[in-house]
Amino acid sequence: MARKTTNQKAWFLVVPVVVLVAFNAVIPLMTVVNYSVQETFGDNVFFWEGVKWYEQVLHSARFHASLLRQITFTGIILAIEIPLGVAIALTMPKKGFWVSVCLVLMALPLLIPWNVVGAMWNIYALPELGLLGRIINGLGINYNFTQQPIAAWFTTIMMDVWHWTSLVVLLAYAGLRSIPDAYYQAAKIDGASGWAVFRHIQLPKMKRVLTIAILLRFMDSFMIYTEPFVLTGGGPGNSTTFLSIDLVKVALGQFDLGPAAAMSLIYFLIVLLTSWVFYTLMMKNEEQ
Amino acid sequence: MRKLTWLAPTLYITFLLMPIYWLLNMSFKTTNEILGTFTLWPQEFTFDNYIKIFTDPTWYNGYFNSITYVLINTVISVSVALPAAYAFSRYRFLGDKHLFFWLLTNRMAPPAVFALPFFQLYSAVNLFDTPIAVALAHCLFNIPLAVWILEGFMSGVPRELDETAYVDGYSFPRFFVRVFLPTIAAGIGVAAFFCFMFSWVELLLAKTLTSVAAKPIAATMTRTASTSGYELGLLAAAGTLTIVPGAFVIYFVRNYIAKGFALGRV
Repeated sequence: MARKTTNQKAWFLVVPVVVLVAFNAVIPLMTVVNYSVQETFGDNVFFWEGVKWYEQVLHSARFHASLLRQITFTGIILAIEIPLGVAIALTMPKKGFWVSVCLVLMALPLLIPWNVVGAMWNIYALPELGLLGRIINGLGINYNFTQQPIAAWFTTIMMDVWHWTSLVVLLAYAGLRSIPDAYYQAAKIDGASGWAVFRHIQLPKMKRVLTIAILLRFMDSFMIYTEPFVLTGGGPGNSTTFLSIDLVKVALGQFDLGPAAAMSLIYFLIVLLTSWVFYTLMMKNEEQ
Repeated sequence: MRKLTWLAPTLYITFLLMPIYWLLNMSFKTTNEILGTFTLWPQEFTFDNYIKIFTDPTWYNGYFNSITYVLINTVISVSVALPAAYAFSRYRFLGDKHLFFWLLTNRMAPPAVFALPFFQLYSAVNLFDTPIAVALAHCLFNIPLAVWILEGFMSGVPRELDETAYVDGYSFPRFFVRVFLPTIAAGIGVAAFFCFMFSWVELLLAKTLTSVAAKPIAATMTRTASTSGYELGLLAAAGTLTIVPGAFVIYFVRNYIAKGFALGRV
């Protein structure tokens, strides 16, 4: 695996990928950068504004609020999905017919279009018409996610856990399957407890896949748009307006191109920086 | 205690299936029943919602459009990612690490950031409202993902395979197609699965890049929810039908999913 030869001609193999991705990434990114430093009143007339929009966005209370909501949301779903996913993977059957059944059923939420996920949870959680809404209200708790911010948050988080925990389960399960049986037998002979097996055999073996799981879940939850938009529309009020929803409101709703572009770049930079730190740590781990 | 381990997966799967059951339940109800009474299963069982979708072109064309761009995207993504992943897994070349990270950064770009510039770009090249536009746009995040997965699989194949083939007189293209691709067939399957999945579920870009002619099914649903009142039954039926292609794909790759995750880096 480690032996690689230096060969500059390998660039030819990479060219198609570079061309396609650059077409999609570089041109739009330049457009955004362009907008972020200019003011327009329509008719394609632009005025140079420098860093005005960046300062405006960085100082706006609205951006701070969306960012805080976004960080809280991502933090909560990571804290639920990662341990839950590992726990489910540990209790899954190891071989036989039921493995396929479990995998197919668990992967199902991953392949449902995101707006359908939102619509499905909307129907499921409606206080009068939905099964979940009926059950919660039946327990004597007043629950209406279209009017109570707390209920909206609860529903959004539950929807995300429903949607994405399976990805963590699949990754963790794959990590567990790669542990040779001999390890378990050795642990059994040593009389190791269940916790010791988890701590010293299973967890280290899952380290790589779990890093990937955390990275993917961080990126995707930080970019979440469609599901909460369809479920709550960012409401009630602004209580579930995450960064992407806010950005689309500014860009396409109010057509404030300058501030929206500056906000886009700050947003992209946050995701990029966090992921880069994570990626570097991951690569260091792998080299060891 | 040991016997109770089946409990956790069972509870989890029940939790997963409940909203899906509710969607299915709604799709077989009449609008009157949905709004009038609360029932756990349809009392007046009806196929009307499905019949409407299969007979109305604005509905079923949505499915064709979605499947068209998803397939085009999967083919493009996997076929350009294959040689690139080979280069990354076998050779060292100028800027390779930076290039690999740059590719991955595109997986991190929030689609909301690109919605408006994409609209302008694809309008400028006259591809707006075609399945090709959506297929190309989805390459932004699917190509990096495919390269990442395939590179993981290819690194697992010993280099001796390549060297032996060259000694035997295979040219590079012939070796790649005849020997190498069959060896990593599972990896190609997994990469294709992920490309299909992320292209099928994405809506923001797909909606931004289409208006009438290439409208994806998911966007057709959004329109129904907003304009013609709240036709929950119809919406539920359309939603149920969007789960079907995914379920099919999972069924076919079920044996590769766990294996693919283990071998590849995703």
